[in-house]
Amino acid sequence: MQVDRLDVCAALRRATAIALFTLIAPFGSISASDVAQPMADDPELEARVMALARDLRCLVCQNESIAESRAPLAVDLRAQVREQLGAGKSEADVLDFLVSRYGDFVLYKPPFRASTALLWLGPGFLLLGGVGWLLFRLRRRAEEPLPQLSDEERRRARALLEGAPSDSQEQQP
Amino acid sequence: MKAKFLVPLAIFLALAGFLGYGLTLNPSVVPSPLIGKPAPEFRLAKLDAPDERFGVEDMRGEVWLLNVWASWCVSCRAEHPYLVELARSGGVPVIGLNYKDESDAALKWLRDHGNPYVATVTDNDGRVGIEYGVYGTPETFLIDRDGVIRYKHVGPINRDTVRKVLMPMIAELSSAG
Repeated sequence: MQVDRLDVCAALRRATAIALFTLIAPFGSISASDVAQPMADDPELEARVMALARDLRCLVCQNESIAESRAPLAVDLRAQVREQLGAGKSEADVLDFLVSRYGDFVLYKPPFRASTALLWLGPGFLLLGGVGWLLFRLRRRAEEPLPQLSDEERRRARALLEGAPSDSQEQQP
Repeated sequence: MKAKFLVPLAIFLALAGFLGYGLTLNPSVVPSPLIGKPAPEFRLAKLDAPDERFGVEDMRGEVWLLNVWASWCVSCRAEHPYLVELARSGGVPVIGLNYKDESDAALKWLRDHGNPYVATVTDNDGRVGIEYGVYGTPETFLIDRDGVIRYKHVGPINRDTVRKVLMPMIAELSSAG
Protein backbone atom coordinates (compact mmCIF):
# COMPACT_ATOMS: atom_id res chain seq x y z
CA MET A 1 0.00 0.00 0.00
CA GLN A 2 2.43 2.64 -1.17
CA VAL A 3 -0.30 4.13 -3.31
CA ASP A 4 0.44 7.68 -2.36
CA ARG A 5 4.08 7.56 -3.23
CA LEU A 6 5.33 5.75 -6.27
CA ASP A 7 2.05 5.37 -8.11
CA VAL A 8 1.78 9.13 -8.01
CA CYS A 9 4.67 9.28 -10.46
CA ALA A 10 3.00 7.05 -13.01
CA ALA A 11 -0.26 8.95 -12.56
CA LEU A 12 1.50 12.28 -13.04
CA ARG A 13 3.18 11.11 -16.22
CA ARG A 14 -0.11 9.81 -17.53
CA ALA A 15 -1.86 13.05 -16.65
CA THR A 16 0.86 15.05 -18.38
CA ALA A 17 0.57 12.93 -21.51
CA ILE A 18 -3.20 13.26 -21.60
CA ALA A 19 -3.09 16.98 -20.87
CA LEU A 20 -0.51 17.58 -23.58
CA PHE A 21 -2.46 15.49 -26.05
CA THR A 22 -5.78 17.20 -25.41
CA LEU A 23 -4.12 20.60 -25.50
CA ILE A 24 -2.10 20.04 -28.62
CA ALA A 25 -4.49 17.93 -30.64
CA PRO A 26 -7.16 20.57 -31.36
CA PHE A 27 -4.83 23.49 -31.92
CA GLY A 28 -1.70 21.88 -33.21
CA SER A 29 0.48 24.20 -31.20
CA ILE A 30 1.20 25.03 -27.60
CA SER A 31 0.27 28.51 -26.55
CA ALA A 32 2.70 30.41 -24.39
CA SER A 33 0.53 30.06 -21.29
CA ASP A 34 0.94 26.25 -21.30
CA VAL A 35 4.69 26.45 -20.97
CA ALA A 36 5.91 26.51 -17.38
CA GLN A 37 7.01 30.00 -16.50
CA PRO A 38 10.09 30.58 -14.37
CA MET A 39 8.88 31.03 -10.82
CA ALA A 40 11.33 33.69 -9.71
CA ASP A 41 11.38 37.10 -11.34
CA ASP A 42 15.14 37.09 -11.23
CA PRO A 43 16.39 34.83 -14.07
CA GLU A 44 19.81 34.53 -12.47
CA LEU A 45 18.30 33.23 -9.23
CA GLU A 46 16.05 30.87 -11.17
CA ALA A 47 19.07 29.47 -13.02
CA ARG A 48 20.78 28.78 -9.68
CA VAL A 49 17.61 27.16 -8.32
CA MET A 50 17.28 24.87 -11.31
CA ALA A 51 20.99 24.02 -11.38
CA LEU A 52 20.79 22.92 -7.74
CA ALA A 53 17.45 21.17 -8.24
CA ARG A 54 18.95 19.02 -10.98
CA ASP A 55 21.37 17.51 -8.44
CA LEU A 56 18.59 16.68 -5.99
CA ARG A 57 16.57 13.50 -6.09
CA CYS A 58 12.80 13.71 -5.78
CA LEU A 59 11.90 11.32 -2.97
CA VAL A 60 8.50 10.57 -4.45
CA CYS A 61 9.54 9.83 -8.01
CA GLN A 62 12.99 8.52 -7.20
CA ASN A 63 14.31 8.45 -10.76
CA GLU A 64 13.54 12.09 -11.31
CA SER A 65 15.34 15.13 -10.03
CA ILE A 66 13.52 17.85 -8.14
CA ALA A 67 13.94 20.01 -11.25
CA GLU A 68 12.07 17.54 -13.47
CA SER A 69 9.45 16.07 -11.20
CA ARG A 70 5.86 17.27 -11.10
CA ALA A 71 5.22 15.58 -7.76
CA PRO A 72 3.83 18.08 -5.23
CA LEU A 73 6.80 17.47 -2.94
CA ALA A 74 9.23 18.43 -5.72
CA VAL A 75 7.28 21.66 -6.26
CA ASP A 76 7.50 22.38 -2.51
CA LEU A 77 11.21 21.60 -2.38
CA ARG A 78 11.92 23.79 -5.41
CA ALA A 79 10.08 26.57 -3.59
CA GLN A 80 12.24 25.95 -0.50
CA VAL A 81 15.44 26.08 -2.56
CA ARG A 82 14.26 29.27 -4.29
CA GLU A 83 13.32 30.90 -1.01
CA GLN A 84 16.60 30.03 0.71
CA LEU A 85 18.83 31.02 -2.20
CA GLY A 86 16.76 34.20 -2.53
CA ALA A 87 17.39 34.94 1.14
CA GLY A 88 21.11 34.91 0.42
CA LYS A 89 22.05 31.40 1.51
CA SER A 90 24.73 29.54 -0.38
CA GLU A 91 24.24 26.33 -2.37
CA ALA A 92 26.08 24.40 0.36
CA ASP A 93 23.70 25.76 3.04
CA VAL A 94 20.67 24.61 1.07
CA LEU A 95 22.17 21.15 0.52
CA ASP A 96 22.89 20.89 4.26
CA PHE A 97 19.31 21.89 5.01
CA LEU A 98 17.89 19.16 2.78
CA VAL A 99 20.39 16.45 3.76
CA SER A 100 19.70 17.02 7.46
CA ARG A 101 16.01 16.33 6.79
CA TYR A 102 15.95 13.79 3.99
CA GLY A 103 19.39 12.19 4.30
CA ASP A 104 22.07 11.61 1.67
CA PHE A 105 19.38 10.02 -0.45
CA VAL A 106 18.35 13.44 -1.82
CA LEU A 107 21.78 13.88 -3.36
CA TYR A 108 22.34 12.33 -6.76
CA LYS A 109 26.05 12.55 -6.03
CA PRO A 110 26.56 10.82 -2.68
CA PRO A 111 29.31 12.15 -0.38
CA PHE A 112 32.40 10.03 0.25
CA ARG A 113 31.95 8.22 3.58
CA ALA A 114 32.81 4.86 5.07
CA SER A 115 29.37 3.62 4.03
CA THR A 116 29.80 4.82 0.44
CA ALA A 117 33.48 3.92 0.03
CA LEU A 118 32.68 0.74 -1.89
CA LEU A 119 30.41 2.70 -4.21
CA TRP A 120 33.10 5.23 -5.02
CA LEU A 121 36.15 2.95 -5.06
CA GLY A 122 34.56 -0.29 -6.29
CA PRO A 123 34.75 0.48 -10.03
CA GLY A 124 38.40 1.54 -9.65
CA PHE A 125 39.26 -1.69 -7.86
CA LEU A 126 37.43 -3.69 -10.52
CA LEU A 127 39.40 -1.90 -13.25
CA LEU A 128 42.75 -2.44 -11.46
CA GLY A 129 41.88 -6.08 -10.87
CA GLY A 130 40.94 -6.59 -14.51
CA VAL A 131 44.08 -4.91 -15.84
CA GLY A 132 46.23 -6.85 -13.36
CA TRP A 133 44.66 -10.13 -14.39
CA LEU A 134 45.12 -9.30 -18.07
CA LEU A 135 48.83 -8.45 -17.57
CA PHE A 136 49.31 -11.66 -15.61
CA ARG A 137 47.73 -13.72 -18.40
CA LEU A 138 49.67 -11.98 -21.16
CA ARG A 139 52.96 -12.48 -19.34
CA ARG A 140 52.23 -16.13 -18.71
CA ARG A 141 51.32 -16.65 -22.33
CA ALA A 142 54.57 -15.02 -23.47
CA GLU A 143 56.54 -17.44 -21.29
CA GLU A 144 54.80 -20.50 -22.61
CA PRO A 145 56.93 -22.45 -25.14
CA LEU A 146 55.68 -22.42 -28.68
CA PRO A 147 54.07 -25.71 -29.69
CA GLN A 148 56.51 -27.98 -31.49
CA LEU A 149 55.43 -29.56 -34.77
CA SER A 150 56.21 -33.12 -35.66
CA ASP A 151 57.94 -33.90 -38.98
CA GLU A 152 54.66 -35.15 -40.42
CA GLU A 153 52.89 -31.88 -39.47
CA ARG A 154 55.74 -29.82 -40.98
CA ARG A 155 55.43 -31.73 -44.23
CA ARG A 156 51.68 -31.11 -44.39
CA ALA A 157 52.06 -27.45 -43.54
CA ARG A 158 54.65 -26.97 -46.27
CA ALA A 159 52.43 -28.76 -48.74
CA LEU A 160 49.50 -26.49 -47.83
CA LEU A 161 51.64 -23.36 -48.20
CA GLU A 162 52.79 -24.48 -51.62
CA GLY A 163 49.21 -24.93 -52.73
CA ALA A 164 49.15 -28.66 -53.08
CA PRO A 165 45.98 -30.21 -51.69
CA SER A 166 46.80 -32.29 -48.67
CA ASP A 167 45.45 -35.77 -48.39
CA SER A 168 43.20 -34.98 -45.45
CA GLN A 169 41.57 -31.97 -47.09
CA GLU A 170 38.48 -31.92 -49.24
CA GLN A 171 38.98 -31.55 -52.94
CA GLN A 172 38.76 -28.09 -54.38
CA PRO A 173 35.62 -27.48 -56.42
CA MET B 1 42.54 -25.66 -11.67
CA LYS B 2 40.27 -28.57 -12.23
CA ALA B 3 37.10 -26.82 -11.11
CA LYS B 4 37.55 -23.91 -13.53
CA PHE B 5 34.17 -24.55 -15.09
CA LEU B 6 32.58 -23.72 -11.72
CA VAL B 7 33.77 -20.10 -11.84
CA PRO B 8 30.86 -18.77 -13.97
CA LEU B 9 28.47 -20.70 -11.75
CA ALA B 10 29.96 -19.08 -8.64
CA ILE B 11 29.72 -15.63 -10.22
CA PHE B 12 26.12 -16.32 -11.18
CA LEU B 13 25.24 -17.47 -7.66
CA ALA B 14 26.87 -14.40 -6.09
CA LEU B 15 24.96 -12.12 -8.48
CA ALA B 16 21.70 -13.97 -7.89
CA GLY B 17 22.28 -13.66 -4.13
CA PHE B 18 22.70 -9.88 -4.32
CA LEU B 19 19.76 -9.42 -6.65
CA GLY B 20 17.58 -11.72 -4.53
CA TYR B 21 18.43 -9.69 -1.44
CA GLY B 22 17.57 -6.53 -3.37
CA LEU B 23 14.08 -7.86 -4.01
CA THR B 24 13.40 -8.00 -0.26
CA LEU B 25 14.15 -4.27 0.16
CA ASN B 26 11.49 -1.63 -0.19
CA PRO B 27 12.86 1.16 -2.39
CA SER B 28 10.23 3.65 -1.26
CA VAL B 29 11.49 3.55 2.35
CA VAL B 30 14.27 6.07 2.77
CA PRO B 31 16.12 5.97 6.10
CA SER B 32 15.57 9.19 8.03
CA PRO B 33 18.56 11.16 9.31
CA LEU B 34 16.31 12.56 12.05
CA ILE B 35 16.39 9.42 14.21
CA GLY B 36 18.09 10.34 17.49
CA LYS B 37 17.69 14.07 16.78
CA PRO B 38 15.31 16.47 18.53
CA ALA B 39 11.90 16.64 16.87
CA PRO B 40 11.74 19.92 14.89
CA GLU B 41 9.69 22.51 16.76
CA PHE B 42 6.40 23.72 15.38
CA ARG B 43 3.46 25.76 16.61
CA LEU B 44 0.52 25.16 14.36
CA ALA B 45 -3.20 25.84 14.46
CA LYS B 46 -5.38 23.04 15.75
CA LEU B 47 -7.67 21.47 13.19
CA ASP B 48 -10.79 21.70 15.35
CA ALA B 49 -9.91 25.05 16.91
CA PRO B 50 -7.91 27.18 14.42
CA ASP B 51 -7.39 29.90 17.03
CA GLU B 52 -5.47 27.60 19.33
CA ARG B 53 -1.90 26.57 18.68
CA PHE B 54 -0.25 23.31 19.53
CA GLY B 55 3.36 22.22 19.33
CA VAL B 56 6.10 19.77 20.28
CA GLU B 57 6.60 21.60 23.60
CA ASP B 58 3.11 20.64 24.72
CA MET B 59 4.10 16.98 24.60
CA ARG B 60 7.35 17.32 26.57
CA GLY B 61 7.60 14.69 29.26
CA GLU B 62 5.49 12.21 27.32
CA VAL B 63 6.24 9.42 24.88
CA TRP B 64 4.05 10.12 21.87
CA LEU B 65 3.40 9.43 18.22
CA LEU B 66 3.23 12.04 15.47
CA ASN B 67 1.14 10.71 12.61
CA VAL B 68 1.28 12.56 9.29
CA TRP B 69 -1.98 12.12 7.42
CA ALA B 70 -4.37 13.68 4.95
CA SER B 71 -7.94 13.05 3.91
CA TRP B 72 -6.85 12.64 0.27
CA CYS B 73 -4.44 9.85 1.24
CA VAL B 74 -5.63 6.34 0.42
CA SER B 75 -3.03 4.58 2.57
CA CYS B 76 -4.04 6.72 5.55
CA ARG B 77 -7.51 5.27 5.24
CA ALA B 78 -5.95 1.79 5.38
CA GLU B 79 -3.97 2.46 8.56
CA HIS B 80 -6.71 4.44 10.26
CA PRO B 81 -8.47 1.55 12.07
CA TYR B 82 -5.16 0.51 13.66
CA LEU B 83 -4.54 4.04 14.89
CA VAL B 84 -8.04 4.14 16.37
CA GLU B 85 -7.37 0.77 18.02
CA LEU B 86 -4.01 1.99 19.33
CA ALA B 87 -5.56 5.17 20.72
CA ARG B 88 -8.37 3.20 22.38
CA SER B 89 -5.84 0.95 24.13
CA GLY B 90 -4.57 4.15 25.77
CA GLY B 91 -0.91 3.17 25.59
CA VAL B 92 0.30 6.26 23.84
CA PRO B 93 -1.06 9.67 22.81
CA VAL B 94 -1.18 10.20 19.07
CA ILE B 95 -0.86 13.67 17.59
CA GLY B 96 -2.04 14.16 14.04
CA LEU B 97 -0.24 16.35 11.54
CA ASN B 98 -2.82 17.08 8.88
CA TYR B 99 -0.56 17.47 5.85
CA LYS B 100 -1.50 19.66 2.87
CA ASP B 101 -5.18 19.11 3.39
CA GLU B 102 -8.36 21.13 3.52
CA SER B 103 -9.73 21.52 7.02
CA ASP B 104 -13.34 20.78 6.07
CA ALA B 105 -12.38 17.53 4.37
CA ALA B 106 -10.10 16.59 7.27
CA LEU B 107 -12.79 17.25 9.90
CA LYS B 108 -15.32 15.23 7.91
CA TRP B 109 -12.83 12.36 7.66
CA LEU B 110 -12.38 12.33 11.45
CA ARG B 111 -16.18 12.38 11.96
CA ASP B 112 -16.63 9.52 9.48
CA HIS B 113 -13.79 7.24 10.48
CA GLY B 114 -13.20 8.06 14.13
CA ASN B 115 -10.65 10.35 15.73
CA PRO B 116 -7.61 8.65 17.25
CA TYR B 117 -5.78 11.93 17.83
CA VAL B 118 -5.35 13.73 21.13
CA ALA B 119 -4.81 16.79 18.98
CA THR B 120 -4.49 17.43 15.28
CA VAL B 121 -2.58 20.36 13.88
CA THR B 122 -2.80 21.66 10.33
CA ASP B 123 0.20 21.92 8.04
CA ASN B 124 -1.54 23.32 5.00
CA ASP B 125 1.53 24.33 3.03
CA GLY B 126 3.62 21.31 4.02
CA ARG B 127 6.40 23.37 5.61
CA VAL B 128 6.49 21.43 8.86
CA GLY B 129 6.37 18.31 6.70
CA ILE B 130 9.63 19.38 5.09
CA GLU B 131 11.16 20.03 8.53
CA TYR B 132 10.34 16.41 9.40
CA GLY B 133 11.58 15.05 6.07
CA VAL B 134 8.10 13.90 5.12
CA TYR B 135 7.93 12.74 1.51
CA GLY B 136 4.57 11.05 1.48
CA THR B 137 1.69 10.13 3.67
CA PRO B 138 1.26 8.37 5.98
CA GLU B 139 4.39 8.64 8.07
CA THR B 140 4.59 8.08 11.80
CA PHE B 141 7.24 9.34 14.22
CA LEU B 142 7.84 7.98 17.71
CA ILE B 143 9.08 10.76 19.99
CA ASP B 144 10.40 10.29 23.52
CA ARG B 145 10.00 12.32 26.72
CA ASP B 146 12.87 14.63 25.85
CA GLY B 147 11.39 15.37 22.44
CA VAL B 148 13.87 13.17 20.57
CA ILE B 149 12.70 11.22 17.51
CA ARG B 150 13.33 7.53 18.18
CA TYR B 151 11.70 5.84 15.23
CA LYS B 152 10.07 6.68 11.94
CA HIS B 153 7.63 4.45 10.12
CA VAL B 154 7.09 5.17 6.44
CA GLY B 155 3.81 4.00 4.98
CA PRO B 156 0.67 2.70 6.65
CA ILE B 157 1.02 1.03 10.02
CA ASN B 158 -0.89 -2.17 10.68
CA ARG B 159 -1.53 -4.47 13.61
CA ASP B 160 1.87 -6.11 13.17
CA THR B 161 3.69 -2.78 13.20
CA VAL B 162 1.84 -1.74 16.33
CA ARG B 163 2.48 -5.00 18.19
CA LYS B 164 5.96 -5.91 17.09
CA VAL B 165 7.58 -2.54 16.59
CA LEU B 166 5.75 0.35 18.22
CA MET B 167 4.47 -1.18 21.47
CA PRO B 168 7.85 -2.67 22.55
CA MET B 169 9.63 0.63 21.85
CA ILE B 170 6.92 2.64 23.62
CA ALA B 171 7.09 0.33 26.65
CA GLU B 172 10.87 0.66 26.78
CA LEU B 173 10.84 4.44 26.42
CA SER B 174 8.06 4.84 29.00
CA SER B 175 9.82 2.72 31.62
CA ALA B 176 13.17 4.46 31.16
CA GLY B 177 13.70 7.49 33.41
